[in-house]
This record gives sequence, C-alpha cells and structure tokens, in this order.
Amino acid sequence: MSAVLPQHGPHDHTHDDHGHGPLKGWRRWVFATNHKDIGTMYLLFSFAMLMVGGVLALCIRAELFQPGLQYFNPELFNSFTTMHGLIMVFGAIMPAFVGFANWMLPLQIGASDMAFARMNNFSFWLMIPAAIMLAGSFFMPGGAPAAGWTLYAPLSLQMGPSMDAAIFALHILGASSIMGSINIIVTILNMRAPGMTLMKMPLFAWTWLITAYLLIAVMPVLAGAITMTLTDRHFGTNFFNPAGGGDPVMYQHIFWFFGHPEVYIMILPAFGIVSAIIPTFARKRLFGYTSMVYATASIAILSFIVWAHHMYTTGMPVTGQLFFMYATMLIAVPTGVKIFNWIATMWRGSMTFETPMLWAVGFIFVFTIGGFTGLILAMAPIDIQLQDTYYVVAHFHYVLVAGSLYALFAGVYYWGPKWTGVMYSETRGKIHFWGSLIFFNLTFFPMHFLGIAGMPRRYADYPMQFADFNAIASVGAFGFGFIQVYFFVFVVIPMMRGVGAKAPQKPWEGAEGLEWEVPSPAPFHTFENPPKLDPSATRVLA
Amino acid sequence: MTTMTMKTWMSRSLRGAAALALSGGLQAAWAVGDLAGGPAKNQLDLHPPVTRIASEVQGLHYFMLIICLVIFLAVFGVMFYSIFKHRKSVGAKAANFHESVSVEIAWTVVPFIIVVVMGLMATKTVVAMKDTSNADLTIKTTGYQWKWGYDYLKGEGEGIGFLSTLDMAHRAMSDAGKPVGDNYLLKVDNPLVVPVNKKIRIITTANDVIHSWMVPAFAVKQDAIPGFVRDTWFRAEKIGDFYGQCVELCGKEHAYMPIHVKVVSAEDYTKWVDGKKREMAAKADDPSKVWTLAALAERGEKTYSVNCAVCHKADGKGAGPIKGLDGAAVVLDDETSKVIDILLNGANNGTMPAWKTLSDTEIAAVITYTKNSWSNKTGQIVQPADVMAARK
Repeated sequence: MSAVLPQHGPHDHTHDDHGHGPLKGWRRWVFATNHKDIGTMYLLFSFAMLMVGGVLALCIRAELFQPGLQYFNPELFNSFTTMHGLIMVFGAIMPAFVGFANWMLPLQIGASDMAFARMNNFSFWLMIPAAIMLAGSFFMPGGAPAAGWTLYAPLSLQMGPSMDAAIFALHILGASSIMGSINIIVTILNMRAPGMTLMKMPLFAWTWLITAYLLIAVMPVLAGAITMTLTDRHFGTNFFNPAGGGDPVMYQHIFWFFGHPEVYIMILPAFGIVSAIIPTFARKRLFGYTSMVYATASIAILSFIVWAHHMYTTGMPVTGQLFFMYATMLIAVPTGVKIFNWIATMWRGSMTFETPMLWAVGFIFVFTIGGFTGLILAMAPIDIQLQDTYYVVAHFHYVLVAGSLYALFAGVYYWGPKWTGVMYSETRGKIHFWGSLIFFNLTFFPMHFLGIAGMPRRYADYPMQFADFNAIASVGAFGFGFIQVYFFVFVVIPMMRGVGAKAPQKPWEGAEGLEWEVPSPAPFHTFENPPKLDPSATRVLA
Repeated sequence: MTTMTMKTWMSRSLRGAAALALSGGLQAAWAVGDLAGGPAKNQLDLHPPVTRIASEVQGLHYFMLIICLVIFLAVFGVMFYSIFKHRKSVGAKAANFHESVSVEIAWTVVPFIIVVVMGLMATKTVVAMKDTSNADLTIKTTGYQWKWGYDYLKGEGEGIGFLSTLDMAHRAMSDAGKPVGDNYLLKVDNPLVVPVNKKIRIITTANDVIHSWMVPAFAVKQDAIPGFVRDTWFRAEKIGDFYGQCVELCGKEHAYMPIHVKVVSAEDYTKWVDGKKREMAAKADDPSKVWTLAALAERGEKTYSVNCAVCHKADGKGAGPIKGLDGAAVVLDDETSKVIDILLNGANNGTMPAWKTLSDTEIAAVITYTKNSWSNKTGQIVQPADVMAARK
C-alpha cells in the first residue's frame, strides 16, 4: 500500500492482517490519524499555498515590470505584498516543514506514529478554514489587508473588515502550529526507539525539536500582538493607537519578538534536511555532529535577543542600537559553524550529484549569500541606509527562498522515493534545479542594487532610474514561477501516481538512518513494535 | 591601501561594471538619465555621500563587501575544489574523519574575532549618527497621508512652516502608466530648504500612521511616528538638490510622498528665509487693516465657534456660572476698552481665561461678532488697530 495515493497492486493488502489499514475514500483523509497521510496533506496544502502566494508575487512583479501603474491600483498592490508575505510564511513554508516532520520524524526515530494522532488531524484541518479565510479576504468589502505582512499599527487600525479575518486566520494558524509543536516535542522526547539516544538522533529531529520549542515560545506572542490590534480596532482599547495614548512602536517590539525567532523557525528544519543530504551524497559521516546540535541551539537562543535589529530606524537609544547590532552579528558565528561543517563533510568525500545533492549544495551557496547580506544589514549604520529598501527584500528572499524553499525541494527529491515508492526523473529534477537557480538569482540579485540605490520596498511605482533592474527581476520571477509548475506537473504528479522506476528500499548508496530500514514506499504502519537498533542507532537489527 | 584610494577604486569599478553590464539592451526602453542628488540609472553603489556620516557609511559598506568577498572566495573556493576533486566519478574514495575539536574551536573563534572587529568598526558611526546636540537649525518633519509638513522650529528661519506634496502631474503620469522625466515621482511643490555646512536637526513625527523620512545622500532615515517625536541630523557639505522617498508603508499613496531637500549657500538661505517670511506675512492678517462690520463679524463667527462657544454657547446665553453674552451690559457698552481688556487679560480670576494668544484681528473680529449677534444689535465695530493699541 502506497502511503501517498491508493494504488491497486500486489502490495495492496500487505497490512490487512493487522485490521487497521487506511480507511477508504475521503474518510482516509478527513479522519486521518496516520502520520504519513497527514504529512502528505500538509505537503500538498503547502504547495497549494505556494502557488497562491506565487500568483500574488507575479502580480507584484507584473506591476513593477515597468514604471507607472499598468494593472493594479496602489491599494490592491499593497494587498498583494501583504497577502504574499502572510500566505508564504504561514501557509507555505511553515506547514511544509510540519509535513516533513510528520512524514519523517517517526520514521527517523523508530516511532510508530506521532504521539497525538487525533490532535495531529485537528492541527492539519484547522489550517483549511484559516487559509480560506485568509485568501478569501480579497473578496471582503475594502479588499484584503494592505498593511504589510508585519501588520504595523496604526496602519492596521485603518484597514477594513478583512483585517479582522486575517487576524482570526492567524490565530487559528498559530493554534495549529502550537499543536503541531507539542506533538513533535512529545513524539521526539517520548517515542524514540530504545537505543536512539538524543545525541544519536538525526539532525532533522534535533532541528525540529528546537524549532518546536521556538514555536511554542513565540506563537502566543504573535497572538497577543494581533489580539491587541483587534481590541484596538473594535473594543476601544488604545494599546497601539497613538490618538488614545497608545504606542505604535510597542507593536513593533512585540511583533518582532515573535518575528525574529520566526525566521529561524523557517530555517532550522531546513538545516536539518541539508544535514541529512550532504553526508549521504558525500558518502561520509556528517562532520561535527555535536557542534551542529550546539550551533542550532545557540542560534535559537540568540534569536530571542536580536529582534530590534528590525527597528533601527524607529529611533532607539544609542545603547539599544549597539546591543542589538552586536547580538545580531554574533548569530553569524554559529551559522558559520554550520556552513563550515557541511563543507568539511563534503571534503574528501566521494560525492555524486543527484538532484537532492544539487539542491543541498545550491542551498549552501545561495543561502550563504543571504547570510552575508544579513551580516551587512546587521551593521546599524548600513542598515539605516538600507532599511525598508529592496536590499532587505533581496536579503530575506535569499534566506527564505534559497534557504527554506531550496531545502524543502532537496527533501522532496531525497525522501520522495521513500514516500511514493518510485524514483523521480533525474533529468526533470535537474531541469527544475538549474531553472530555479538561474531564475531565482535573476529575480533577486538585481534587488540588491535597487536597494542600495534607495528604492523603497512596497512601492507600486518607482522613479525611472530603477526601471531596468525591475524589468530583469520581473522576467526572473515569471521564470521561477513557471519552473515550479513544471516541478509539480512533471515531478510530483508522476511520483504520486506511481509512474517511474521502482524505488529500492535505500535508493541512495550513502544514506544512513532508520527511514531506509523500511520498504519503499513506506508501509502504512511502520515500527509498530519498537525496533532493536545497532549501537549507532542507524540500523535495525534483524 | 588607504581608505580613500580603496573607496575611489571601489566606486570606479562599480560604475564600470554598471556601464558594462547594462549598456544597450534594456536601456532603449526608457529614456532617462541620472538625477543629480537622486538615483542614478542602474546605480550599483550607495549614493555619492554628501555628509560625513554618509561617507562613513559608504566606507563601512565597502569594508563589509571586501570582508564578505574574501570569506566567500575562501569558503566556496574550498567547496568547489572539493566538488571537483572529491567526486565519485573521478575515483575519490571517502575519508573517514568526522570530528575535530580543534578545527571546531578555530572556526568558532576566528569568525567571532571577525564580527567583533566589524562591531567595533561600526560603533563610532552609530554614536555619531545619534548625536543630535548643538544643531544650528531644528526642523520638525511631520508625515501625513500622503505628504510631508516642515516647520522650522529653531534657528534662522524660525516660524516658517509649509507642506510639501508630490507634483500632481507626476501622480497623473503614474495612473496613466506613462512616466516621463529624470525626477519622476521625486518632484515636489515646496522643497525643504537648508543652508550648507550647518548642522540640521530633523525632528520627526506623524499625523496618522507611521512614515519614514529618508535622504540616501545624507545617510538619513528616521521613522516618523504618530504621537511620538524622534530625531536625526545631517550636515550637508554640498550645495544642490537631494531626493528621497517615504520608506515606511503608510497606505495607498505610500509611493507618492517624496522628499526633496535643497541645500543652498548661507546667503541664499537668508534670502530664502526673508522671501518666505514676507510671503507668510502677506498671507497673515495685517493688524492695521480697516475692516467693514459685515466682514469682521463673519470672521469673528469662526473664531467664536472655535474658541468661545464651548462655554458661552453658540446662542451666547452661557450656562451655569458662565456669563451670557447675549444682552450683557459689558458687550453692549459703547466703551470698548473694557471688553478688549477682558479678552486680553481674562476676568473673574481666570474663569474667563486670557486670550492674548489670538491675533489682534481675531480678537477684534470676535468682539465685533458678539456686539452684533443674537439680540445684540449695537452696530459697533472694533478694529484690529484698537486691540493692538490696547496690548501695549
């Protein structure tokens, strides 16, 4: 039984003797309690949201292709930037990593399923109404929220009723994330197979464990900020409303106290995926496992004390600026350690470059450029020049697209054969990779120059000197968009339909870990009895 | 290499690269040139600095670019060497090492030292940027949806105030999708005018939502936050026009509230201040003007409704302890000096406050209004000159 789509074949009844195979038809998905089914739904949901957010991004790039307003009025344009940000962060990237966690964590630590199977179902299905409400806000009176994804007060207080819908949607998505995190923490801490000690866990489990704690720490902070926005809007409070003595800068402090750890929430699991792939294709153990774990934890801890580097231009006291500048720069140290460890893993390995490895190396290369611009932005005097310009847009797309999204693609190609039981087409995977790499850089590299030249972000129209770089970026964006459609149509769908070469149990010569100890596709139920592990906790002893 | 030569070299090579990369091709589409003090076409570097701070920021940026480039080349040199040499297809056999405490310590400590150096390099500039003391001229900048207001608070030109709005023709070009001009979206009706080589302190605030006041050539960017005041400063070292835009999302017309700072010589600045003062005086009321009763009473009704009606009520009857004005002896009295005195100095121990902050014309107008409203039909008129005389 394939875990992705029902296939009728010789494997169909493998597990019927247990008497609890998947339900038939829609019930299998609506009442899903199986971590693999829920993981699949998370991944498909996040890809759908990636497409919605991507269409919004292409609307933005179409408008910015030339100076002057061609297609959209500025208010609608602001809705596009706002909703693109919210949908990509909360709808695409975060749920995609939860999908990976659902699929891979039980397999990697030798657990039979996630700890709370029904809560798992609930946390997925909560996202559907939230996503509909969020995306549907375009059709509410006054249009979708247009205050930027950061929803800064007091602009957020001027928005129409769609802002309330967005706030409610974020509340629900936050609740879903917290439930997912609790599930992940409890699964990792309680359900590891005997012998799978914490320091033998795959790094993906480690990075998700730390991420889950970050989520539990900061999602309630976001909920607080947007609830205060809601009461300011409707119940006469004045937390952020300056007309009533409120403090709009306080909103920014609260938001970024959530927002900065949030960016690590979106990148730490990516580190975990890359840390699984590089050793596999270098055919050499991960260099400095222990220091990788400590580096991840250091990044997570530091992420709580750097939030105000998003706010240098709000007018902080000089000591505040200096503190946040130093703290931010410090994050470069553990992040550098990770990059060095990956390269040391590759060093004197025996490398091959199948698609997952291409994505992982692409991740290291392009993510590091985003890291450098992060370091440059950390420097307060330079940030004051570049804050709220396209330089910042370039920076965070280098870390979020070339970082998180590339790692997600790497993971799909790496574990896809395990999920579906078929190999993807190497040629198509390589087209997807090289197309994405070229178009990504074509889109976002010119934005550095636009920002340096002073083009503000969230602008529906711009002085004509910025025209050429904007045109290049728009061309790149459309290319990047189409190559993702190609990926879905020519890679994902064939794999889900089971078209392609049959995947062996361990398709990668150098792969290690318990997920490669079960057949491909992974049976509906795995590790129903705790497996007996070898001393390295990477193999099941027969 | 000294900082100066490094900077010249960097900016030259960046300009060269821009010309090389983008000559021809796309350029034909939009006929536009560089805007002095604003963005240059396909600009690759920060704006040519016009303040010492902007120059320091540019130096820091070059310093960071060089460090990042060196690290980039070192790290990816190693990675790509490995990618080409340590691949299975060329017969590489995997080694077996996977940890080394000394290497880990080295690549923790060395980056730590590098970031400490970076932090130290930036500290002096951070402190200098924040030092807004001893300004020669203080200007309050207010962000509105969607324009800027400038009020000269202290220094030469004190009292000048005006709004600065995008040229409406540019807004129309934007809507039509047919932009033209090197200063497209950067042209305003009233630029901010400041003298060269003087320390200008900008106090920012806003009227509605958060805006942000930016001039890249000065390396100045400061959020303008409603209900709060923040400040920043610059000392422009060159005469000329410098441009910026609002950089904090402030709603629909966010892209249409540019900033234009005109830096002029000290003499030209004095001339501008004189001209502006004369212009404002011309707009203001001349206290020696002789008004007709109808015009002055009409003017007075406005002043009354804004300042007086809260207590004395619109019908002039007053309420409770507040005396009515309708039919009051002091209002109907032929002798006007008493009522002028009450307005200028107050009465009843401040129950009636002193209104000397109102102009002579306003006081004269409001008195004239009360003398000729409701049942008061005195036909009397108080001219601003009478009030001016009474003030002495």
